[in-house]
Amino acid sequence: MGPRNATEIFLTFARIGASGFGGVNFWIRRIIIQEKRWITDQEYLEGLAIGQILPGPNVYNLTVMLGYRFGGMRGAFAAVAGLIGAPLAFMVALGLLYQRYAEVPILERALTGMTAVAAGLLLANVAGIAAALPRKLVPWMFLALAFVGTGLLRFPLLYVMGVLAPFALASAWKKR
Amino acid sequence: MGLFWHFLLLGCLAVGGVSTVMPDMYRYVVDEQGLVTGRQFADLYALAQAAPGPNALWVTLLGLQAAGWTGALATTLGVLIPATIFSLIASAFHAQHPDAPIALAIRRGLAPVALGFMLASGWLLLRSVGHGIPGYGLALLTFAVASATRLNPLWLMAAGAIAGMAGL
Repeated sequence: MGPRNATEIFLTFARIGASGFGGVNFWIRRIIIQEKRWITDQEYLEGLAIGQILPGPNVYNLTVMLGYRFGGMRGAFAAVAGLIGAPLAFMVALGLLYQRYAEVPILERALTGMTAVAAGLLLANVAGIAAALPRKLVPWMFLALAFVGTGLLRFPLLYVMGVLAPFALASAWKKR
Repeated sequence: MGLFWHFLLLGCLAVGGVSTVMPDMYRYVVDEQGLVTGRQFADLYALAQAAPGPNALWVTLLGLQAAGWTGALATTLGVLIPATIFSLIASAFHAQHPDAPIALAIRRGLAPVALGFMLASGWLLLRSVGHGIPGYGLALLTFAVASATRLNPLWLMAAGAIAGMAGL
């Protein structure tokens, strides 16, 4: 069972995009799996896993793949347009407001507080994912090198990736 | 145009999400080109967390601040074009080879590297808070709450805004 046409795909993902305050994944699961039953939990997890090895936002990758599966190229673009349409407009509005009011002292302080929270959220995410890494020296070494290279030494990411990726891939391939 | 090509390149490298390439966006936009300040960079990232939709769309905000409408278009397309193309290729590939070992090797091998980049992003944000103990304390508190509960992050952002206004 799946969507009837591209319009339904677009409208469904538009709903997900607009409700996605604080995380789109939650709403993808709620609407696509639990409500519409277009895919199963298992298929969703596989899609997420593939999304993780593709460049770009994971939920975005997942959306492209789901749209493609439901309706080919047309479906993929309908899903994407739905997902990011409203949020993009919201972002632009936020940006224009920021340019106008960023200097207001009380808002400046509010933004500092929000940045501290954003940092905490990001680090909690890192810790959550890192907990699933194998307790072995090699992956943690790669993590540390990537951090030192881009965070502390501020090398261009392309070079750090270029040096680390071949070794990281080779070590994973060997242990397969 | 330079902005577009740089973000297109980063869009291709952003395995694990856009926050993995954030350190390099900072290096390019703030350190190298001086298009936005470090403070603005961190502000915009924080603002975007309070918006609906994929958080990665904060690159739109960054582009808008750096170079107006064309900037917004350049950064957004730069990140989304590679993501779209690779996802379409993967869809077609996955349909034919559901258990390809190469996919497994990429996932396992690159995961720690991507995590290291994300850690650098968090480090970058922390430093730009730059208000000593209270700022770090708030980040630490957020870290603890977010790790222990499944609270909607939007509530935490609101709490952070209030704490900031109250004179962090």
